[in-house]
Amino acid sequence: MITATGVRKAYGDLTVLDGIDLHVPAGSIFALLGPNGAGKTTTVQILSTLIGADAGEIRVAGHDPATEPDAVRAAIGVTGQFAAVDGLLTGRENLVLMADLHHLGRARGRRRADELLEQFDLTEAAAKQASTYSGGMRRRLDIAMGLVGTPRLVFLDEPTAGLDPRSRQMMWGTVRRLVADGVTIFLTTQYLEEADQLADRVAVLHGGRLVAEGRPDELKRLVPGGHVTLRFADGPALRAAAVALGATDVDSAQLSLQVPGDGSVRSLRAMLAALDGAGAEVETLTVHTPDLDDVFLALTAKEPAR
Amino acid sequence: MSTLTLTVRDSGTMLRRNLRHLQRYPAMIFYLAGMPVIFLLLFVFVFGGTLGAGLGGGRAEYLAYVVPGILLMTIGGAAAGTAVSVATDMTEGIVARFRTMAIARAAVLTGHVLGSVIQTFVSLVIVLGVALAVGYRPTPDPVAWLGILAVLAMTSFAVTWLATALGLVAKTVEEASNTPLLLTLLPFIGSGFVPTGSMPAGLRQFAERQPFTPIMETLRALLTGAPVGHHIWWATAWCAAIALGGYLWARRRYNAR
Repeated sequence: MITATGVRKAYGDLTVLDGIDLHVPAGSIFALLGPNGAGKTTTVQILSTLIGADAGEIRVAGHDPATEPDAVRAAIGVTGQFAAVDGLLTGRENLVLMADLHHLGRARGRRRADELLEQFDLTEAAAKQASTYSGGMRRRLDIAMGLVGTPRLVFLDEPTAGLDPRSRQMMWGTVRRLVADGVTIFLTTQYLEEADQLADRVAVLHGGRLVAEGRPDELKRLVPGGHVTLRFADGPALRAAAVALGATDVDSAQLSLQVPGDGSVRSLRAMLAALDGAGAEVETLTVHTPDLDDVFLALTAKEPAR
Repeated sequence: MSTLTLTVRDSGTMLRRNLRHLQRYPAMIFYLAGMPVIFLLLFVFVFGGTLGAGLGGGRAEYLAYVVPGILLMTIGGAAAGTAVSVATDMTEGIVARFRTMAIARAAVLTGHVLGSVIQTFVSLVIVLGVALAVGYRPTPDPVAWLGILAVLAMTSFAVTWLATALGLVAKTVEEASNTPLLLTLLPFIGSGFVPTGSMPAGLRQFAERQPFTPIMETLRALLTGAPVGHHIWWATAWCAAIALGGYLWARRRYNAR
């Protein structure tokens, strides 16, 4: 659905994208992950025909955004940071406006608007002006507006930024439903959990370059495995445990130690048995499995995270 | 569908959007019509006796003299409203959404311009209504009324395109509301409030040649049933130039964003 090679974009001396390659198969969710200022929004703007790239080969839905922008526009729906709703219009009027711009015709356009209001739980607020909506409602309307023309490819630029946890969960549900209907999703986010939850493939953008790309589990394998942190009531217990487990990573001040391990029930059971044998009473136990945060920090920091 | 049909259709959709804005925020019209109404009352009732004597008559004669200037001031004031609504639209990001859709490029701006011309006409009707209420009695025949309508339409159209460009150029909404205010001053430095003959040389030359003067002279002639003379050609030429310049400037700024 999207292929891009060697995409570059600079504003004067400031290089925003320094040659990135993307491949997003139809029907998948692709997450572009990166900190603020990494170039995520610029990438979306280029792919959605808002701005031109300085260099690179790009095909979106089979067309070049630079030479056939209208063909690309006919296939996509865009929402997120730079897309918006018309605050003076009601929720329904916003959707009908989109339907009219897609030339759906009066009856069909109104039907589509009602469908989307229903789907995004906005039916009750349909007759209220969008400026009175809460952040979550506004975002839902925003996404619904991007879907009026039943696009095959949807760009979601930080769709859950600033949303409360409940709204975020709803948004994730929406994204999953869209993909179930065969829509391709290009998502940007700075939340690793979001990419982990939703995406088939994740690319990490840092300083205008893609520093990693792959399935979430592949990326997690890029960083060293997990560990278990044990905390004790006093020094003798800590020392006894350190001997029993052969632990080298001991923090006497915190009365805690870390041992490598994947946190499986079998390994924990063996560990606790060894501690019981040594008479070391454990206060608390924390299992840390590598998540995309570790990958992210490892890839975007100069020194490895751990 | 051909490109033209699509442009007309999308422009119609955008016009409906702008008219709905107007409907949601009717205070804007009263705000825009308020200033010229205040100037009308101020100039007629405070200065009108003295200024009318200068024209060889009285308050009633001055009222008849000042109406075209007030009408142009109304158009200039409405331009500030246009620039603000264009600038607001650009900051709100909905325009970015429009740009990612396969809609006629010109539709967004055309919708704004047509909506603003309608808004300007509502203001003009209010201002003219107040003038009639305080005793203004114009004497045009039906043909002259059509001419007045045409002159007001072409002036609003031209000034609105210019205001649209100013709204696009402005970096902030505040800036967009300030720049067009200069347009409301133009009737003063022209034949809007006093004949240019009484002004000192340098100022007079500017006042006689600036675009609003021939427009006001044409309106004045049509409203009193006098011949319009060469003023109408100057008025038409200025309006065409301002409309074209404003359109090209606005289009360039819109495409560059």
